[in-house]
Amino acid sequence: MIVAATLDRHTLPDAFRFLWDDRSFVGQKILEHVGLSAVSVGIAVALALPLGVWLGHVHRGSFIAINGSNILRALPSLAVISIFLPSLGIGHAVVAIALIVLAAPLILTNAYVAVDGVDPDVVEAARGMGLTPFQVVTRVEFPLALPLIFAGIRTAAVYVVATATLAGVVGGGTLGDIVFNQATYFLYGVVGAALVVSALAFAAYFLFALLERLLSPRGLRHAGAELREEEPPVVYEAAAL
Amino acid sequence: MTPVLAGGGPVIPNFGKATGCIANDNSFFCTTWIREHWTDTLQPALIQHIWLTAIAVGIGFGIAFLCALAAHRFGWLAPPINAFTAFLYTVPSIALFQVLVPITGITVTTIEIGLVGYTLLVLFGNTLAGLRSVPPDVIEAARGMGLTRFQVLRRVELPLALPAIAAGIRIAVVTTISLATVAAYITPYGLGKPIFDGLQINYHTEYVISGLLAIALALVADGLLVLGQRALTPWRRAARA
Repeated sequence: MIVAATLDRHTLPDAFRFLWDDRSFVGQKILEHVGLSAVSVGIAVALALPLGVWLGHVHRGSFIAINGSNILRALPSLAVISIFLPSLGIGHAVVAIALIVLAAPLILTNAYVAVDGVDPDVVEAARGMGLTPFQVVTRVEFPLALPLIFAGIRTAAVYVVATATLAGVVGGGTLGDIVFNQATYFLYGVVGAALVVSALAFAAYFLFALLERLLSPRGLRHAGAELREEEPPVVYEAAAL
Repeated sequence: MTPVLAGGGPVIPNFGKATGCIANDNSFFCTTWIREHWTDTLQPALIQHIWLTAIAVGIGFGIAFLCALAAHRFGWLAPPINAFTAFLYTVPSIALFQVLVPITGITVTTIEIGLVGYTLLVLFGNTLAGLRSVPPDVIEAARGMGLTRFQVLRRVELPLALPAIAAGIRIAVVTTISLATVAAYITPYGLGKPIFDGLQINYHTEYVISGLLAIALALVADGLLVLGQRALTPWRRAARA
């Protein structure tokens, strides 16, 4: 229900007052939002990361890793929700499916491109030193690919946090409950909740940037680019909300 | 004040025209409903959706292209334009639409403004990245052959930037198709309208078929853009072969 309430100089102060006055309710919605996003990104990583690293390691399946991802990425999130809704019912699960469909392709493509692009000479040298294929993956290719892998997860997390708002349409909780219900929370509530969604998306971005710094091998932090064959492609992803 | 309903006689609800399906029976996917509502609901929504997307990407590309040319010529323009488009991209769309409603009403204009805003980041970023990726030697050679600055742009830089520009348009199109379904929550228009209508009355067939149509539209548009990209850059295929 859309109410034509005008944005004026009171809206922003009212938005912050709403967030503060109803902090226990807003806090609960934030917890739902973060929980749904974290579970979705976690499942997407568990599905896409091993597949991407493996395909990159064997230098095969670029068609699946890139074109398959492009196809999944093209799917509108609301449409994915609507086709799974009859079988899954309203709630968190159907939204999680749509968020995984959104996140997994990005993680898969980046993991594939990152591992596939590790300098073959470095891999050759590691083999020559007597590393088993498994050790080559875990000790050489994966660490060298980490920055780009994290770039994929980071972008995916930002879009998942933004898109989790769609849960408000199908009774899945999250801050979308407020953003999609102006009739109850007024325009200042919508604006306040939207600001929180933006802040959470930025927080996800910086969290993964920090994780990347902490987990990347020290040598890569300065001279990383030289060890990869080519520059990572610029990947922009669809933010559905 | 006279009571409105007291003397008005029985209110006969309008159930619309009779269909071969039992109203709102969710136990099966009703193909009869689809056939009966193809011309009055689904086909118009599909056509509206195509127009929404085409207009948004068309206007967005016009703006982004001019901005990218300006930023390519005057390098200092790039960071502020980039920051502004990134800022637009981070504003949660459903909240932006609601803020726009008091100004532009519950109209197609409202959702087009939002949709155009979200295309700018990727269209501007990719166009500028494409223009900047042209090797300086190539430009040098073209200048040496006596081409004017405008000729270099038109006959050397733009053709070489075409793959990046096309990739940007492709992402912008699938993003817009996805966002436009959500925008129907504000202005009932496009394929999002039957999705939200179906959710409202909890009629599976209506929102599932609308979701499938949105997915089909996204995949067909993506596929056509890939073919168009190949047709426009035949030298890339020749180089690979």
